[in-house]
Amino acid sequence: MSSQALTQSLYVFVLAGFVGFLVITRVPSLLHTPLMSATNAISAISLVGSLVAAGSGRNPTATLLGFVAVASATVNVVGGFLITDRMLKMFRKKPSEMPAPKGPGK
Amino acid sequence: MTRDLFIQASYLASSVLFILGLRSLTHPDSARRGMHLAALGMLLAVIGTLLHREIIDYRWILGGLALGSLVGYPMGMWVPMTAMPQRIAISHMFGALAATLVGVAEFVTLANGADVGHAQMAALGFEVLFGSLTITGSLIAFLKLQGILPGLPLTFRGQNVMSVALFASGAGLLAWLVANPAQPVAFHAMLFVGLGFGISLVLPIGGADMPVVISLLNSYAGLASAATGFAIGNNVLVIAGALDGASGFILSVVMSRAMNRSFGNVLFGAFGTPQTGSAASTAGLTVHAVSPEDAAVQIAYAHKVIVVPGYGLAVSQAQHQLRELAALVEKNGGEVTYAIHPVAGRMPGHMNVLLAEADVPYDRLREMEDVNPQFESADVVLVIGANDVVNPAAKHDPKSPIYGMPILDVEQAKHVLVLKRSMNPGFAGIDNQLFYMPQTSILFGDAKASLQKLITEVRQA
Repeated sequence: MSSQALTQSLYVFVLAGFVGFLVITRVPSLLHTPLMSATNAISAISLVGSLVAAGSGRNPTATLLGFVAVASATVNVVGGFLITDRMLKMFRKKPSEMPAPKGPGK
Repeated sequence: MTRDLFIQASYLASSVLFILGLRSLTHPDSARRGMHLAALGMLLAVIGTLLHREIIDYRWILGGLALGSLVGYPMGMWVPMTAMPQRIAISHMFGALAATLVGVAEFVTLANGADVGHAQMAALGFEVLFGSLTITGSLIAFLKLQGILPGLPLTFRGQNVMSVALFASGAGLLAWLVANPAQPVAFHAMLFVGLGFGISLVLPIGGADMPVVISLLNSYAGLASAATGFAIGNNVLVIAGALDGASGFILSVVMSRAMNRSFGNVLFGAFGTPQTGSAASTAGLTVHAVSPEDAAVQIAYAHKVIVVPGYGLAVSQAQHQLRELAALVEKNGGEVTYAIHPVAGRMPGHMNVLLAEADVPYDRLREMEDVNPQFESADVVLVIGANDVVNPAAKHDPKSPIYGMPILDVEQAKHVLVLKRSMNPGFAGIDNQLFYMPQTSILFGDAKASLQKLITEVRQA
């Protein structure tokens, strides 16, 4: 990697961080837990790097490390998106069709 | 050429979808749909990568994907909402582990550093250093939140010195490696120093400070991912990592403000130093204990009830009972809202999730700034398992350890009903003057049992 590539990545990093700042400051504290699980799932994009490490057959050590990395990142991709969806599903405006409190009402 | 173009296009599309997904989280109505877009983005990026020319062997990839899915599915579908903080902590560990291992694999592949340039070494170094400290730090946070390690701060003599020494040697090794990359021993030493630093960073932190720790580890995991992007020259990793890093950073700031800690205090990991302030004594004052019958009379026909849920509510799993009681009050024509302090749970926004799970509509959940002017006109404020976040000493008593912490202005309400297990002080170990005020009554007992009694009594009222 040349220092020119480093500079380009730095551009992307700073601008993306800026976008992230603007977007995330607008997320209400109501949704901060789903926000964290969502960003966690998204940053499991390191799966992309893990796939290359596990599949390029360059040397056995890299393949093994890549395999563990693929598994770890996949845990976050699968688990992260599922749990975020599970949480967001619960945020409703109206009390839903949950069974009414048992027993005789007033 | 077309193939490379397609791969790059898939990365660009997934970056855009990630940002759109996060933007959708500004409102609960759009959030779910937006996150589906983000998941689609992830799928696109994976498909694009699988077409990569360098990938020649798919066996280990398929094995890893299968194993990860097998572990990830239960972690997504079966983990209860109360366990969300430890669930998130352990996923920070998995994220950091992936980033770190990619970094080590890259180093090993590039002739143990001999083929690594200075700039790339800087990226790899940050990746491995941030990654390794996040691995162990998140693991310790998980063990504490899960109750496997004691939640109390674990400290020993010279701990701070050790932390600083580890931090300095990690930074020193990184600088040395950047100057001279072909040193596998130094590289692996840096990895272990990072692992050690993660432990010494989180071990001294108590349970009540966990919201800050989890947010900070979130940020570090994101930075490790971004550094991976730098090291392997992949912009989608840089973007996703920057988003995650920014998010964790913002949440850390929000949490540290809500807990009245300076951000410098947070950054350097010096949390939870036990304070032995001599706050105004409440000795000699008496509390007004109340029976479930009398408490029910207060609530049953109140017009405006504000509930202040604290971690104690979650501990006794009483969210559903609370919702049931609120339904009864609403049936009598009352209005029930919920005042959520930013640190009401063990992680940012935790209490909102717990109440949403108990089917409380989200438009009844109020943030601290919005609800504070409302307490004055409330008939009854119901405080359940919350202590420090309603302690007026934070406003009036400069000697109190929590002085300056933003709190819910519960003491301005006409009546305050506190559901409390005993008179033991809260996490910060501070006595609470609210409990001794004339308008406060206390219903002692487990939150769930007390709420159940209140439900029965209100039904009969």
